[in-house]
Amino acid sequence: MITFQSEQEMIDFGEQLAKHMFAGFVMTLEGELGAGKTTFTKGIGKGLGIKKVINSPTFTIVKVYKGNKTLYHFDAYRLEGQNEELGFEEMFEDDGVCVIEWARYIEDILPKERLEVHIIKNEDQTRSFQFEAKGKDYEYVLKEMKL
Amino acid sequence: MSLILAIESSCDEMSISILKDKREILCNVVASQIDTHRLFGGVVPEIASRMHVECVSTVLKTALKEANVDMNDIDAIAVTKGPGLVGSLHVGMQAAKTLALAYHKPFIGVHHIAGHIYANDLVEDIQYPCLCLVVSGGHSELVYMKHEFSFEVIGQTLDDAIGEAYDKVGRVLHLPYPGGPVIDKMAKDGKCVYELPLPLNDDSYNFSFSGLKSAVINFCHNASQRGETIVPEDLACSFQSVALEVLVSKTIKAAKDYGVKQIIVAGGVSANAGLRNKLTKESSIPALFPPMKYCTDNAAMIASAARVMFEHQKFSSLDLSVKPSYDLEEESIEV
Repeated sequence: MITFQSEQEMIDFGEQLAKHMFAGFVMTLEGELGAGKTTFTKGIGKGLGIKKVINSPTFTIVKVYKGNKTLYHFDAYRLEGQNEELGFEEMFEDDGVCVIEWARYIEDILPKERLEVHIIKNEDQTRSFQFEAKGKDYEYVLKEMKL
Repeated sequence: MSLILAIESSCDEMSISILKDKREILCNVVASQIDTHRLFGGVVPEIASRMHVECVSTVLKTALKEANVDMNDIDAIAVTKGPGLVGSLHVGMQAAKTLALAYHKPFIGVHHIAGHIYANDLVEDIQYPCLCLVVSGGHSELVYMKHEFSFEVIGQTLDDAIGEAYDKVGRVLHLPYPGGPVIDKMAKDGKCVYELPLPLNDDSYNFSFSGLKSAVINFCHNASQRGETIVPEDLACSFQSVALEVLVSKTIKAAKDYGVKQIIVAGGVSANAGLRNKLTKESSIPALFPPMKYCTDNAAMIASAARVMFEHQKFSSLDLSVKPSYDLEEESIEV
């Protein structure tokens, strides 16, 4: 568990984490509306050398950004209750980085190995992050990051 | 002279329109799924694309009949190529490619936002240079147009789009989907008594609505913890007032800085009555809004943008593919 006092701290941390992301890295992001999932993803994008503005993918479900690695930024918020034929698998298997908001709605099609991140919005407006690595490669990244 | 058949299926509407010359709309058939999606509290992409498959040929037949046009008389086939939901876009794309191939017609892939912008051209000639405020469920952008069909994005949302913020606030207030029009209506009956922060009120042309969304969520949460009741109309009014304040003031500032002749508004949120009133009242530069029926997704606007592309002979090849995101600036036609 790690707690951030400000948006900037979350972005800085995302930037650091991105430096450890390997090709095909999959990260799920859970947290209520306004927790800061997209804000954190901005940091990841920065770390991947993406120059374009990363904004909410809620409307189109997925946005794609070119950087040192390609970033696939998903939002499954509107996919509640169905998960067929979305064509996401090929993006999960690509050599880019996948960040998936509201991943619980597409649980069935998620790769087994991934980094799960839970963002908790505290009463004092700070944010706490919980990490869970699924798979050796991801455990290694958490170790490297001293998490 | 041109006769263009356009297909739009980027989200929850399947629409086909036939446009003669600049603004003679022979038909604009729209099969909406809003009633279905209302049951789910939002658009369900897979359902959207399946329903498009079911209705595409019916919509096409209806369109040709209504326009009293034979496929052979059509000069070009246009289609929305993105941005949008991939599954939904595919249906329109396949139909359009099939028609273009079977009838040997030029094929034009249109950027969805260029379509929204050119909905304004269906009313009166756009005066260049102009500034376009694009506001919808997926977009909040300021686009500078130096001349016809040139696009320079000078500002955009850093997080949520304005329409998305409306819909999410609608969810918090337990309003029916889509929440935007309901909030707009409620705001008229409410008073702006709740204090909400002005979102990203800085010198840039960028927007940010995520913080405002969070402020509304926190406000409701705190009120319910204190056992206070919120007047939904008042909250709608307070939310709309700060949201529109930044939209309008930044638009007017950018319009002055760039010395444009006209401000045009595009996208679903251009139907918002509060936005129409405020911008018209506060801007000394004339503001143009698309007619209400062409604010939401429709194929007439795609035909209107395609008509300009047709004149410039900007055609697409048949291996064009749909994408969830296309860069608007790359659509510009050099003069």
